[in-house]
Amino acid sequence: MAARVLACAPCHGAEGEGTSDVYFPRLAGKPAGYLYNQLIAFRDGRRKYPPMNYLLEFQTDDYLKKIAEYFASLRPAFPPPVPPVDSKEILARGEAIVKNGDPQHGIPPCSACHGPALGGMEPGIPGLLGLRAAYISGQLGGWRYGTRTALAPDCMQVVAGLLTEDDVKAVAAYLSSRPAPADPSFAPRGSLPMPLECGSEPH
Amino acid sequence: MSRISTGLLVGLMLAFAPVAARAQQKAADPAVIAKGEYLARAGDCIACHTAREGKTFAGGLPMKTPFGTLYTSNITPDPQTGIGTWTSDQFYRMMHNGRFPDGGLVYPAMPFASYTQVTREDSDAIYAYLRTVSPVRQLNKPHELTFPFNNRSLILGWRTLFFREGEFKPDPGKSAEWNRGAYLVEGLGHCGMCHTPINALGGSSQSQAFEGGLIPMQNWYAPSLTSNKETGLGDWTIEEIVDYLRKGVSAKGAVYGPMAEVVYNSLQYLNDDDVRAMAVYLKGLAQRGSPEKPSTPLPSAESSLLLSFGKPIYDRECASCHGATGQGMPPDYPPLAGNQSIQMVSAVNPIRMVLNGGYPPGTSGNPMPHGMPPFAQKLSDDEVAAVVTYIRTAWGNRGEPVSARQANELRAATLN
Repeated sequence: MAARVLACAPCHGAEGEGTSDVYFPRLAGKPAGYLYNQLIAFRDGRRKYPPMNYLLEFQTDDYLKKIAEYFASLRPAFPPPVPPVDSKEILARGEAIVKNGDPQHGIPPCSACHGPALGGMEPGIPGLLGLRAAYISGQLGGWRYGTRTALAPDCMQVVAGLLTEDDVKAVAAYLSSRPAPADPSFAPRGSLPMPLECGSEPH
Repeated sequence: MSRISTGLLVGLMLAFAPVAARAQQKAADPAVIAKGEYLARAGDCIACHTAREGKTFAGGLPMKTPFGTLYTSNITPDPQTGIGTWTSDQFYRMMHNGRFPDGGLVYPAMPFASYTQVTREDSDAIYAYLRTVSPVRQLNKPHELTFPFNNRSLILGWRTLFFREGEFKPDPGKSAEWNRGAYLVEGLGHCGMCHTPINALGGSSQSQAFEGGLIPMQNWYAPSLTSNKETGLGDWTIEEIVDYLRKGVSAKGAVYGPMAEVVYNSLQYLNDDDVRAMAVYLKGLAQRGSPEKPSTPLPSAESSLLLSFGKPIYDRECASCHGATGQGMPPDYPPLAGNQSIQMVSAVNPIRMVLNGGYPPGTSGNPMPHGMPPFAQKLSDDEVAAVVTYIRTAWGNRGEPVSARQANELRAATLN
């Protein structure tokens, strides 16, 4: 498989560990179901990023599943988290949204679906640690502006739509400041409350 | 009842049956429907008449042209929004003559200039098949064409210049295989739509049939399919052409760009005999003129600088797969030495492959293709120009150098 997916390496690293470009995410160790959903979404244009849409356009479901399983199985080391540059207030705001949400504005906590340890849940919910701030805020922005969409009901589009620009910055700053676990531990399927309906992770 | 008298009876019934009833009678025959499905694959109807994540054959795919955006039509048997009320006569008239049932003119993005060669029997089979697909109620989107191209009567002028109505006439001097290949390539395959140069009026130039051309809007160059040794299929064996068309990879090169779509949706489904016939026909196409020569080669000082700058980049970024001397490791890593696609007069394809990378299509013959990484984010315009100049001129390749400006312009090419 490594030879077949060399095309991914310049942006995502030879083992899916990520590269120095802060907008290209790590792939290794994410749940296979999540990676598969993204590969399908890129192929079919539901998630828009032309270089990815172009590369995957004529690949079969079976092959994309194998690619997803391959990257999900890899465990390259995480880089140390970048020391936060944002103020304590911003980090505290981010932590509050991640752990408790913002009930006044109807924002659920990230941990309700992504797990108390933010490690994600099988099969389709990714962990949130080990990602960089630029990537996290880029994805939340993508949901707000419609370049990233998921199967309906698209829960993350709802959540991202409720966040302010400052909320996005705070969440991205907090998440990227947390150390990633050495071994990504997904919560078992169906074990988290999931306050919103989600097409990518049907109950 | 004997077979002869059954045939007579059916014949008599047919003679008195109205046209629509005759079409229904044929639609009931599973063998005809299966043949129609196969031929619809050969014609690649699905590629244009299905939008991304859309319902099969319900249309709605935007097709960008130099004259504006066309939206493909719903060809499911829905009576209100599809072609459910069409008779087989009306369907044949569309395929053969590019006219709607009301006589209206069809935009030539629908390849009726090629489909006109399809026989009535094959048209009827495709019609029978399309009547069996799930009807989808979805209104056609209006086209968004700029003035003056939004005036449909202009199509009359286009037709006068570029459209020659007529079914395929076999050449009795050639083999049955050659004739079958010619029928598929010229007719349903509509290969000429991309592989024949397209002029400013959006017409294919028949005097240069299959000599290759730039595909408008997509910025990929469809190479010559003639037997010319430098630019065409002259050095390809029949087996290599068959592999390329059906699997998407071969010992000579892999499918990329818009051709990946054709192999993915159409050619991989054709049987070995038909693909072989197409290969035999293509291999026999003669180049009429001498291949085009570049008009403004780079100054030699600049090109020798690019060449010396290009080798280290090649050795660092490309050689691990394509080999120190461009020999590749076919079929997964195509050879670059002697590869027509690299040396063509137009450098668009090699520049874009370096910028964008690419995967050959996933096919039943090659379900898990190897991919080429994109280098747009890694190499500067100068580096792209240098490495493309190197691969176009090293190891006996006879391409011309390319400039950083050409590389820069193609960074903006539409990807998808």
